[in-house]
Amino acid sequence: MTGERKKMGIDPYERRWMIVSIALLVAFAATVGIAGFAMGFDLPGQDERVDPQTVATTPPWDEPGVREISPGVYEAYVIAQAWSFSPREIVVPKGAEVTIYVTSIDLQHGFKITDTNVNMQVVPGEVSRLRYTFDELGEFPYLCTEYCGRGHAAMFGQVRVVSQEDYEASQAEAAAADAGTEEGQ
Amino acid sequence: MTATDTPPSAAPERRWGNGYELTKQEKRFIAGHVYVAVLALTVGSLFGPLQSFEYSGIDLYGLLDPVIKSYYQGLSLHGVLNALVWTTFFIVGFTTLAVIKGLGRPLSHPKLNLAGFWVMVAGLLMAAVPLLTNTATVLYTFYAPLKANWAFYLGLVLVVVGSWISGWGFMLTLAAWRKDHPGERSPFIAMAGVVNAAMWQVATLGVAVSILTMLLPWTLGLTDGTDPKLSRTYFWFTGHPLVYFWLLPAYLSWYGMLPKQAGGKLFSDSLARFSFWMFFIVSVPVGFHHQFTDPGVPQAWKFIHALLTYSVFFPSLLTAFTVIASLEYGARKRGGTGLVGWIRALPWSDPSVTAQLLAAILFLFGGVSGLTNASYNLNLVVHNTAWVPGHFHLTVATAVTLSFIGICYWMVPYLTGKALWRPKVALFQAWSWFVGMIIFSNAMHMLGLLGAPRRTPLGEAPYTPDSWDGHLMRVSIGGAILLVSVLTFTTIIWKTARGPAVAPELVPEVPIAESLRDPQQTPEWLDRFKPWLIGAVVLLVIAYGPQLVDQILHMSLNAPGPDFTPW
Repeated sequence: MTGERKKMGIDPYERRWMIVSIALLVAFAATVGIAGFAMGFDLPGQDERVDPQTVATTPPWDEPGVREISPGVYEAYVIAQAWSFSPREIVVPKGAEVTIYVTSIDLQHGFKITDTNVNMQVVPGEVSRLRYTFDELGEFPYLCTEYCGRGHAAMFGQVRVVSQEDYEASQAEAAAADAGTEEGQ
Repeated sequence: MTATDTPPSAAPERRWGNGYELTKQEKRFIAGHVYVAVLALTVGSLFGPLQSFEYSGIDLYGLLDPVIKSYYQGLSLHGVLNALVWTTFFIVGFTTLAVIKGLGRPLSHPKLNLAGFWVMVAGLLMAAVPLLTNTATVLYTFYAPLKANWAFYLGLVLVVVGSWISGWGFMLTLAAWRKDHPGERSPFIAMAGVVNAAMWQVATLGVAVSILTMLLPWTLGLTDGTDPKLSRTYFWFTGHPLVYFWLLPAYLSWYGMLPKQAGGKLFSDSLARFSFWMFFIVSVPVGFHHQFTDPGVPQAWKFIHALLTYSVFFPSLLTAFTVIASLEYGARKRGGTGLVGWIRALPWSDPSVTAQLLAAILFLFGGVSGLTNASYNLNLVVHNTAWVPGHFHLTVATAVTLSFIGICYWMVPYLTGKALWRPKVALFQAWSWFVGMIIFSNAMHMLGLLGAPRRTPLGEAPYTPDSWDGHLMRVSIGGAILLVSVLTFTTIIWKTARGPAVAPELVPEVPIAESLRDPQQTPEWLDRFKPWLIGAVVLLVIAYGPQLVDQILHMSLNAPGPDFTPW
């Protein structure tokens, strides 16, 4: 190159705009980074891989549902398939910290619990996992949010968050029902 | 608005390309692309309102039965025809014009471009058969293991390969021009078109590999299953730069043509080129931001892609400044005054200008919802909800599509030697698109925040609460307005193309904006491919390399999909 060095010729106003733009984007990045890695608003990550063709008969997936693993701490296993979730309902007491595992045995599905931050793509061969603490009483539908064929719009279930007393009562009832079934056999 | 280091008056009266008049054959060739594009937009858009009416419980798909079997078949056609066919054909045609007119010379290898066009048409016809016979009701994302007929995938590959071939034609033509013009800056509109074509070649490798190595062998029965996670990773390698492939031709017009139509000049040639190069290097290594909620991809890589996605916003913010400054320059020359009062002095009576201005206004909102999507954990609130189609109807369906419509309002008359049929009707068309899309997309964003899933006939879904009804109704109203708008557009193009030939002075010219500063003052590094190509490859290897290697090494083709046809 001969002669004077060519410059970009940035207008002073434009230079200021560029600085503001960069500052804004850095602020956004810092916000989501801190929320994600320091405050626990995290995403699903790399978890277990499974064989979609055999997973439904392999523990713990052969008995989908929710169980208490230590006081107040729960895990829920959910199997998605065209066009239903098993289980259809997850009942937990208020304040339960639940780790939710979801996988699919056929197509891709979605798993989003209304009014929570639980939102996962469900991919055959992979386990999606998120942890959430249910601090509010009520019913929270979980919907399939990925197109999976003609029954897609009818594919849903719900989380029911109940009081501790109601929860214990329903557990006792279920245990009695189980015992009843066994006696009847 | 102060002077740069060279006063504007020093810019020579360089009227790029205007010295070269396109031959009849060249015009017909470009018009061929545009007609296929408009036909695709018309047919594809007929299904959009049917989806939106379904939201209010009015299911018209029953009436279409023996032809169109379901909501989802209509949705597949809507997505493929509008997002893939309308855009790709328009872009290849428009870029052909930008390259020829920008460089002021014919294509160096016209037969190559001709071949590109026909390969694209062959691909379109091939993909159309399974789409129309309900054997490719897999939506335009074709997430495995949804299994379409093999012809669908092969057709898509041919459309992409055809666009590559045309892209090679553009690159060779630019190379030939450079050989004849050593030391000169390439004309902006031609360079911008070639940068987009080059980015596209890198970006589409993902989907090409996915189809050729995994989906085609599987649909042809050579393998038993697929790896759905890997196919998602491949898909989004292409899927995000795809949106820049759509957007950059609109930017080309906003930077390089619209200022001329508004009586102004391109405010900054340097920064216009700089943003195109930024898009070239950061459009591709951002795909994991579509997979934030995916299992099997480590959070660290998702976060890195979130940061890179923020960096793609930077050139868009630059574009906002330069384009608005260019328009303000034009408006003030036309007598506009005031801090914002100059906006009224823009040529709002010109439908081509109005369509593009309205497109750009809605793009500001689309940008905001896009930032939300890209924001790592914030995405959990909106992922796979109606928010997402709300977002991309502001971007691809307005910023891009309404801009392309605006371009058609001078380009179709230019290519055919006719006058635009009823400019006032065209103005109505642009405004009705704007209004319809505001109603539609606002309601979709609201539904998304309330948790409504995307791609779902919410009218029939058993879980739809009454509290969504108002928004669902507004989606239908927006859809009805958009149906009127798109049919008006098709009518205008039809009537224009079939109208009587007019005197040459009544036919619009190709608007090519001059730069406020002599482009020769632009640094040479902003006009060279090599450093940016190296940068793009390095960034791609860093941002995608480790995950691609890991996912390919651990590939397991163990997902055959269901043993029945799910749609």
